[in-house]
Amino acid sequence: MKTLKIEELSKNFGSTEVLKKINLEIDEGNFLVLLGPSGCGKSTLLNIIAGLETINEGDVFIDDYNVSKVEPKDRNIAMVFQSYALYPSMNVKENMIFGLKQAKTSKEKIQEQLEKVSKFLQVDQLLERKPSQLSGGQRQRVAIGRALVREPRIFLFDEPLSNLDAKLRVEMRREIKKLHQQLKTTVVYVTHDQTEAMSLGTNIAIMNHGVIQQNDTPEMIYNKPSNTFVADFIGSPSMNLIKGILKENSGGLLFTVSGSNFEIPIKDYDFKDKSKLNNKEVFFGIRPEHIFFKKFNESDFEINLRANLSEYIGHEQIMTFDYANQEVLAKFPSTIKIDLGKETKLYFDLTQASLFDAQTEERI
Amino acid sequence: MQDSFKSSSYQQLEQKSKYTNMFLRWFLYFILILFASYFIFPLYVMVVTSLKTMEEIRQGTLLSWPSGLNLESWAVAWGGRGYGAGDTFLRPYFWNSIKMVVPAVFFSTFIGAMTGYVLTKWRFKGDQWVFLFLLFGCFIPFQAILLPMARTLGVLGISNSVIGLVLVHTVYGIPFTTLFFRNYYISVPTELVKAARIDGAGFFKIFFKILLPISAPIIVVTVIWQFTQIWNDFLFGSTFSFGEAAPIQVALNNMVLSSTSVKEYNVDMASAIIAGIPTLIVYVLAGKYFIRGLTSGAVKG
Repeated sequence: MKTLKIEELSKNFGSTEVLKKINLEIDEGNFLVLLGPSGCGKSTLLNIIAGLETINEGDVFIDDYNVSKVEPKDRNIAMVFQSYALYPSMNVKENMIFGLKQAKTSKEKIQEQLEKVSKFLQVDQLLERKPSQLSGGQRQRVAIGRALVREPRIFLFDEPLSNLDAKLRVEMRREIKKLHQQLKTTVVYVTHDQTEAMSLGTNIAIMNHGVIQQNDTPEMIYNKPSNTFVADFIGSPSMNLIKGILKENSGGLLFTVSGSNFEIPIKDYDFKDKSKLNNKEVFFGIRPEHIFFKKFNESDFEINLRANLSEYIGHEQIMTFDYANQEVLAKFPSTIKIDLGKETKLYFDLTQASLFDAQTEERI
Repeated sequence: MQDSFKSSSYQQLEQKSKYTNMFLRWFLYFILILFASYFIFPLYVMVVTSLKTMEEIRQGTLLSWPSGLNLESWAVAWGGRGYGAGDTFLRPYFWNSIKMVVPAVFFSTFIGAMTGYVLTKWRFKGDQWVFLFLLFGCFIPFQAILLPMARTLGVLGISNSVIGLVLVHTVYGIPFTTLFFRNYYISVPTELVKAARIDGAGFFKIFFKILLPISAPIIVVTVIWQFTQIWNDFLFGSTFSFGEAAPIQVALNNMVLSSTSVKEYNVDMASAIIAGIPTLIVYVLAGKYFIRGLTSGAVKG
């Protein structure tokens, strides 16, 4: 049984297709992050799961029960919003129990839930306050509390941290993570922040233009991006995508870039399809953090590139190199001294490389 | 040498700017007092004239102080002289106006709040057109609809009645009240409505429990606007009612313009003030509750 299952879901606003044939599944207790740039349809998808938006095609199942036409209140879900959406005229207590009261829960049960949740979230001292008298972090807690008291099957979070300042955001991120560890409820969480997605999710679904690009664990998303969009979206700075050609020779497979003497050997790469690789136009993907200034592993590939630009950002520096007129970025500790305008010896960690078809932009 | 020259010149400049500032300040006060008296002057004339006897009015000047607190003209304006035919006084018409203005303000404000809520939080296909047509009602000159409205009231059988006037004022208030509430509710985050829907609240519950309690500022604005409009209206009142059903502004006109007897300026002035008092009261009372930003707690992070 899947806690949440979405089948062939499509949604359009007028003539604009917002979601195209979305398929998604979440197991009990998992934390799914919907990640993507703004306008990719992730918030619409969340609203559809909540029942706040109608569906054009496809179905949504919660615990194998088709809820496509079920009212939001009857879906056994709770949602935390970006603006917290606390009812301004009610105090914290009234905000938290509003849903239970609507559901005609008994007074004893309401009181019990309120005490339990407000203690758990440390808002029990604030129960009589109005939302306008709370700080950003407190409002966030109350908003989570309002969702918690209902003991939902699925928690929906719609960019809950993006209204907070940077420091508080990191704090609240940890709290949400702890919360999930303790409660083990199923969560669907929408964000455009990749750090949030990576640190919180047990699964990440990366979306773009209404399509799920990759739905995987954070490790797989980072190490084995399924296409150039994912490769480019995750990581800061993002993965270097060097355009070139694969060549077969006696020794095996080589990656070459026109205008460069270097031939990077492709060994032990886990190809999806080993046929028709000769003369294939590809992107060679390598993350800036997998380019070293010193040989660490036997398999590291030595290459000479000219340094063009240096960006100092405190604990590290981002260097831009020229690889046959293509830019290659690398991340080094800021203690390393590299001269600009000179050829520098670099080492590519080939075990971390990715290859993408230049036409389809899919991983090969 | 140079230093001492410098410091003395700075002192001079300081003195000079001090005098300039002082002069400008007094000039500002002078202008303000001038304009304030310009506005207060007619009220002064009205009040002192209403407190004079006709004898005093004929002999004294416009600005002269009354001989005493003579409230007789106020009593006459409010309750009449007590003889039968031809004695027009304000009391019954004052109550007519109250009976007209209270329900008309209530219904137009309430309906405006509802439509504003629907147009912002329950968007539907073509809602912009509905709003556009409603806005049209704000710009139509009221003279243009007198005839069709008279016909409508006739068909409904409520012409020349307070109820008829309530209907007219409610209908023509809705475009304005809708505009006010729509513009207010558009700044209230729609996430509040979504949260309430997930919490299980329906259309009316969300309106009464979530939106209406944070609408105090805009309700005050709307009530002040509607009350002033309806209370001061003369056109609809004089067109759709006469005789006993007339509102106070029509009665005031009849009183002042009746050509049968000598002009009693003191009574006229007292009547005019009485007719204006309720709007003043509304401003004074409601102005206190004119607090903005009650929703700030929901929006800001």
